[in-house]
Amino acid sequence: MRLTILTGAIILACIGASFADDDPIKARKALMDANGDTSKPLVPILKGQAPFDLATAQTALKAYMETAEKAPALFPPGSDKGKTHALPAIWQNKSDFEARFAKFDADAKAAMASVKDEATFKAGFAPIFKDCGGCHELYREKE
Amino acid sequence: MRALAAFVALAIAGAVALWLLTAPSRLDADIAREMEKPGDPHAGEIVFYTGGCASCHAKPDDPTHLRGGVELKTPFGSIFTPNISPDLEDGIGRWTAQDFAASIYDGVDPEGRHEYPAFPYPSYRNMAVADVRDLWAFLRTLPPVKGRAPPPGFSFPYNVRRAVGAWKLLYLPRMAPPETVTVADTAEYGSYLVHGAGHCGECHTPRDFLGGPIATEALTGAPMPTGKGKAPNITPAGLKKWSEDDVETALSTGFTPDGDVLGGAMGDVLRNIGHLPKGYVTAIARYLKAGR
Repeated sequence: MRLTILTGAIILACIGASFADDDPIKARKALMDANGDTSKPLVPILKGQAPFDLATAQTALKAYMETAEKAPALFPPGSDKGKTHALPAIWQNKSDFEARFAKFDADAKAAMASVKDEATFKAGFAPIFKDCGGCHELYREKE
Repeated sequence: MRALAAFVALAIAGAVALWLLTAPSRLDADIAREMEKPGDPHAGEIVFYTGGCASCHAKPDDPTHLRGGVELKTPFGSIFTPNISPDLEDGIGRWTAQDFAASIYDGVDPEGRHEYPAFPYPSYRNMAVADVRDLWAFLRTLPPVKGRAPPPGFSFPYNVRRAVGAWKLLYLPRMAPPETVTVADTAEYGSYLVHGAGHCGECHTPRDFLGGPIATEALTGAPMPTGKGKAPNITPAGLKKWSEDDVETALSTGFTPDGDVLGGAMGDVLRNIGHLPKGYVTAIARYLKAGR
């Protein structure tokens, strides 16, 4: 009887633990990977090697907005442990971290409204790319 | 008895020799003479951003206020960067051009003390004297700022400055700076930038247990001194999947071929690169893809 309770408790603890630290890390990684995939075709446009394409730009912006909306909740305390490149600085500067997502969101929304052609694309995406780099600089360290 | 006396004599001789060998060196007379010529501050501004001086000696939003005080975490303890503004009391306003060259080429300060190699003189000493002279001229045009950095937080034995002399014997081969350097978007100039002012190897080259760069593994990637993360392999083998254009794009826009944006310590590097002529970035990309 005691053994059953103990085993049950261990199983429950394991399930709890796997939900608690696996999920947010996986979910936020999926969001960031999607950002990368949708951003990839923007680079040749940025460099003038491919023609501007509104649909490509808007797909990327939608991915950014989705990230900005969902990501802040995917960094619960303790999720700096595990398979993640997230730095502890996130939890030491949580309000700055979240403010950066809010700015990322605002910049993406503004670009959604303003981007029509190559010139407005370059102008509208410039602050967004700065947002990407700014956060990666402070809060991520690649292995 | 005789054997003991001989041993003691040898030990003393050894200690004396080591003491002499670890003495801070004096600036090469040819370099000292070359430094007397006037430098060009405009050209020096480009050297300033190639060297990334502001990354350690200033705040990101204020690259020309060189008050220092930035904490650098090393495996041996923390060190705080000095004020290198022209302030007479707190900065390097009283230095001569030769003092500056001794710091860049030999890692020796005007009081004749060894500087810790957290200051990347092992790379900077590969710079041509003309570049160092121009950089000095540019630094002199910047505003003097107040503020002194705290002393290094090294524990024994790393707090013994003389020991840096032994480190230099191991890792700083005697060499003369390059005489003529041709500014061009070539791999050759890229190599000069990567191994000199750009000091890429300070993070991308692995170090041994004494913190000395492992020369045979140059640019093959290394753990970041801060403890988390890794500076990637940027040799042609490491960049196998990248084209030269990919490297140039990453350095000028931050974008990697898979749509990621560079971060970590490269954020600072990208800000500095933003001040460089385009040909410099091409040169670096060419060299990194072509290799040694």
